[in-house]
This record gives sequence, C-alpha cells and structure tokens, in this order.
Amino acid sequence: MSKIQIKEVYKIFGPDPKKAVQLLKDGMTKDELLNKTKHAVGVGGVTFDVKEGEILVIMGLSGSGKSTLVRCLNRLIEPSAGQINIDGVDIGSLNEAELRKLRQKKFGMVFQHFALFPHRTIAENAEYGLEIKGMDPQERRKIAIDVLAQVGLQGHEDSYPSQMSGGMQQRVGLARALALDPDILLMDEAFSALDPLIRSDMQDELIDLQDKVKKTIVFISHDLDEALKLGDRIVLMKDGKVVQIGTPEDILMNPATRYVEKFVEDVNLTKILTARHVMNKVKATGHIRNDGPMSALRKMRNNNFSKLFITRQDNTLVGMITAEKASEAQKRGDKDLTKIIEEDIITVTPDAPASELFEILHNLPYPLGVIDENKKLKGVIIRGTLLAALAEGGS
Amino acid sequence: MDVNIPKIPIGEGVERGIEFLDSNFSFITKAMSKGIEAAIDVIIAGMTFVPPVLFILIVTALSWYLTRKKGVAVLSFVGLFLILNLGLWYPTLDTLALVLIATLFSMIIGLPLGIFAALNQTSYKITMPVLDFMQTMPAFVYLIPAIPFFGLGKVAAIFSTVIFSVPPVIRLTCLGIRQVPSELVEAADAFGSNPRQKLFKLQLPMATPTIMAGINQTVMLALSMVVIAAMIGAKGLGGEVWKAIQRLQSGAGFEAGLGIVIIAILLDRILQQVGRQRHEEVSKDH
Repeated sequence: MSKIQIKEVYKIFGPDPKKAVQLLKDGMTKDELLNKTKHAVGVGGVTFDVKEGEILVIMGLSGSGKSTLVRCLNRLIEPSAGQINIDGVDIGSLNEAELRKLRQKKFGMVFQHFALFPHRTIAENAEYGLEIKGMDPQERRKIAIDVLAQVGLQGHEDSYPSQMSGGMQQRVGLARALALDPDILLMDEAFSALDPLIRSDMQDELIDLQDKVKKTIVFISHDLDEALKLGDRIVLMKDGKVVQIGTPEDILMNPATRYVEKFVEDVNLTKILTARHVMNKVKATGHIRNDGPMSALRKMRNNNFSKLFITRQDNTLVGMITAEKASEAQKRGDKDLTKIIEEDIITVTPDAPASELFEILHNLPYPLGVIDENKKLKGVIIRGTLLAALAEGGS
Repeated sequence: MDVNIPKIPIGEGVERGIEFLDSNFSFITKAMSKGIEAAIDVIIAGMTFVPPVLFILIVTALSWYLTRKKGVAVLSFVGLFLILNLGLWYPTLDTLALVLIATLFSMIIGLPLGIFAALNQTSYKITMPVLDFMQTMPAFVYLIPAIPFFGLGKVAAIFSTVIFSVPPVIRLTCLGIRQVPSELVEAADAFGSNPRQKLFKLQLPMATPTIMAGINQTVMLALSMVVIAAMIGAKGLGGEVWKAIQRLQSGAGFEAGLGIVIIAILLDRILQQVGRQRHEEVSKDH
C-alpha cells in the first residue's frame, strides 16, 4: 500500500502561482515562465507514490526541486497546486493544529546541516519532538537515551552539539527524528555535509537501522552513488520534473532519457565489468574433510553468515550449507557435513558480465559463488556489493 | 525674494494635542504619579535602611557571584567606598533606584514589543522607524511633556527615562529573534511546534545573549537620562551635578560626575558578564 501519494504537485515561486501553474499545464517551459512572468518553478508537476517501508531516494542536481518537493510532503512549504496524501489523508485539507499533530505523529526530519539546537544538550535535542508532544520529562529522557544508544551515542547525553564532530551531530539529528517513532523519515541531503568516509559509514548504518526499524524513508540526495546504495527505488528529478522512477538496476540498465544516460554514464560500467570485478573475497568457507557441524556453525557466527560455502582442500567448490541445517545436524550428532550439503547451487564464472548478474541475483536466496573453469571458488557476489562495486567503479 | 509661505503648525499641533490630553487625562496620570512616587520612596527608603558598609559588601558579593571575576568585585568595593567617602551615598542610591526601576519598566514594555516586531512583519515595519525617531529626538525634549502629566519629580523622570531608554531592548530583542537560523526554525516546525513552543524553546533562548546586550544598553541610556532628568527634579547624582552647574562649583560637579562614572562602569561590567556567561553556555568552544 502506498504510504505517500503525490499527485500533480506544483510549487511556483512568484506573485501569482495559480496562474503560473496554468501556464505550465498549457505547455510553457520553465525558462519561458521565468523570463516572461517572473515566476520560478520549484516543482513542476510531480506524481509518484512512496511505498510503506521502502527507502525512496529523490535524486537530482541542485535546483532540480528535490528539497522543495520533500518540504511539500510535510507542508513546510505550501504546494501551489496538486494533492499529497499521507496514509490516504489529503494533507492540504488540514488546518494548522491538525498539521502540527500530523508532523508530530508521522514525520521525522533530518537536515543537511543537522539543524541541532545549540542551546540544548544532546539528550535535550533528541527529546525535542517528545517535549513538543507534551510527554513528561522522565519518560522522554528514557526514550532519548534509548535512541541515542541506537545511533551509537551512549554517554554523550549531556554534551552540547558544538562539542561534537559532524558525523556525531548528524547521529543526533537522526536520533531526534527517530525518538518520535515516526512512520516516515524525511532525510534532506542528510549525509551531504559529511566527509566521504563518515558518509559511507552513516549510509551503512542507515541501512542496518532500516532493517530494524522499517520506516518509510524519503531520502534526498545529489549523489548517484548514495542513491544506488540506499535506494530501494530512485526518483530522478530535473528542472522540477521527474525524469525516471525505478530501482537502481532500472536506472542503470535502462536509462529513460539522454539526461539519465549522461547521469549514469560514469557508473554504467555494467557492460564492461564482469563478475571478476565486482566479486568480494570469500571471508570463510567450510572444509569438507575438516569441518563438522559445530565448527561450520562457529564460522558462520563469527562472520555473521547464514550460509556457508563448502570446499575441498584444493578450494574447489562442493556446495553450500545453511545455518539451520547445520544446527539440526549438530543436534543429531553428525560428525561431518556430507548429509546437509546442498550441491545444486547456481554459480557463475569470473567472465560473466555484470549486466547479467542483476537478473541472476534477483530472488536468489543465497550469495552467488564465482568459480573458475577448475571449479575453484574465487569469490562471492551479493546484490549490495554488486551495486556498491558499480558505484565505486564509476568514481 | 520674499515668498510668504505660512509656517506649518507642527509645534502648535503637538502642543494642542498635549494640552488636550493634559486637561482630560492628567488627573489619572497625576494620581498614578502619586502612587508610583510613594512606591519609589519605599524602595529608596529600603535601600537607605541598609547600613552603607553592609550594602557595599552585599553588592561586592553579588558582583562576584554573578561575574566570577575578581576585578569586578574589587571595583565594586573600592568604587562604592569612594562614593561613600565623597558623601554622595544617598544621591547615588536615588540614582540607582531610578535606573533600576526605569530599566524594569523598559523591559516590561520592550520585550513584548520586540518579540512582536520580530514575529510580525507589519509590526516590524511600523516599529523600526518609530524607534529611529525616538532615538534621534534629543533627550531633553521628552522632559517637557512629562511635567504636565506627572508633575515635577521622580515619576516624570522615570517616564522620560523609559521613553529614552526603551528602544535598545525592543531593537535587540527583535534582532536576536530574527537572527535565529531559519534552518533551526524549520526544524522546530518540522517537529510540530506551535508558535509559543517555538518562541520559548528555541527563539528566546537563542536570542538571550543579544537581548542581554540590549538590556545593557538600556541601563546605560537610563543612567544618562536619569542625570538629565535632574532638571525636572529627579535629584540623585544628576541633581548634584545640576546644583554644581548652577553654583559654578567645578570640584563638586566633578565628584558627582565621578560617582556616575563608577555606577555606570559597575552596572556595565556586571551586566556584560551575565550576558557573556549565558552566551558561553550556549556555544562552549566556538
């Protein structure tokens, strides 16, 4: 079900937005409108849905209207025309008080430059939304400490924002948004102000966090790598309009227009890259002769795997076992792994082009092994690493 | 060339207006004046009731407590002792009381007006030119209409002092609130704050250092005006200066002037420190 429905939303800046919207609908271009009537187009007729529980990245260069659009979602900016439904409720019809209630209940927002309150401690920042709601001080402090721990900031409750690094400040920003336990997180270029290493960490943490909290996240970004990494779907915007909506694979493989093509050009190495370029090292394998269920389980636990490739001494691949089966075998008292090995698994050769890998990986319930002509296990590919490798290959 | 353009009767208009107000409402203001005068006298009596040495020690301790600076505490002690020694103790208390009362009124009037001007564009556009007008009009002019309404004395002095010293509070309260970064205001909005919550949880706390600077200026202006207001019977240190002028006693005039300087420096240092401390709490290592 759609969490957010955006229907034909316009935002025009100028003296008579209604008239300008009509002119745009009649086919006038953005530049003509600016030159002839002195109206600037922020968002020029955008329609799409955001599904419950997904990370939707709205991507575009500066001036593409993405930040304006996200502010229309909670009416920090009033749309000039169009309709926005949140859980089926048209938010344009709400009065001031109802709108405040909606913001308190459904939205958490994270800002590019953190927008922390400098006169409040970290904990006081995190509990701001709860304080506004009128929760009593002890209860909200408890929640604040919980969410701060969730973003890795235990022990900093009484510091002030100015005493923290950018990365830490944005964790506070995230905690402040999460404290309200909102359905929807709006993240406006949330990681853009951070340096690249910290940004990458924060992205990983957001993905981990999302696995736990399952929010609907609308993430604004101007960075394609970031969009590919985070987005379940990506909305590409240009000049206030949507150019393409799709999964990262869609955007990479089937760019809708020349503009998207140019955009993904750097990243679009899928045709020249092969499995060899995108695979990761196999961190651990089980050995068919040496490992029993217990040691195989330990290896999985140590590496956070739920599946483990099984090889012979010479590193040729035999098959794969799952943690479930292994623990059953352990209970039965099996001494070796022969009974539980799944030998019929899909693998690819190092020369398989990256463009085919998407399809193979789609719905594959286990990691994709890469084996050479002698059946030796060379590496492993999972969907996330494929996208990350493509993104890095481009930069 | 002798073109005969009749004078535009601005002064006549003002005079007639004030006369009208005077003849119709001054019985109210005069009554208020009596009440306020009595209250001021009680306050001053309270201050004079405290033995000067004890008073000096209390102020010294208070300045140390507020500023945590040895210099200010020493200055309080030495400065006030000098005043006592010069025999200016009671005029100084008069002046201090008038300044504090005028500042209190200025804050009561100025803070809400400043907040309103910051939040409301129309009010901002009206307030700012009025403040410019009030601040450029020579201070003496305010003394004249004060007399018919409040009679000679302390209340008229406080009335004209408040008019003269209220603009900085209004201006800097307004400025402080407007200086709050729009991103923070947006964040407060995004979390569903209502205007009152926004004001008390974000805008006023962030504006506090600026507002304190405004109050500091107001105190300084009030002090200078209280001296001028000696002309309409405010007594105090200004009264001593005024007496010295009329009798051409440059020594006595200098002593009274010195007393004013001491009070001014004391108030300024203490208030500045209070403002700065608040500010440092906000942005520790900026």
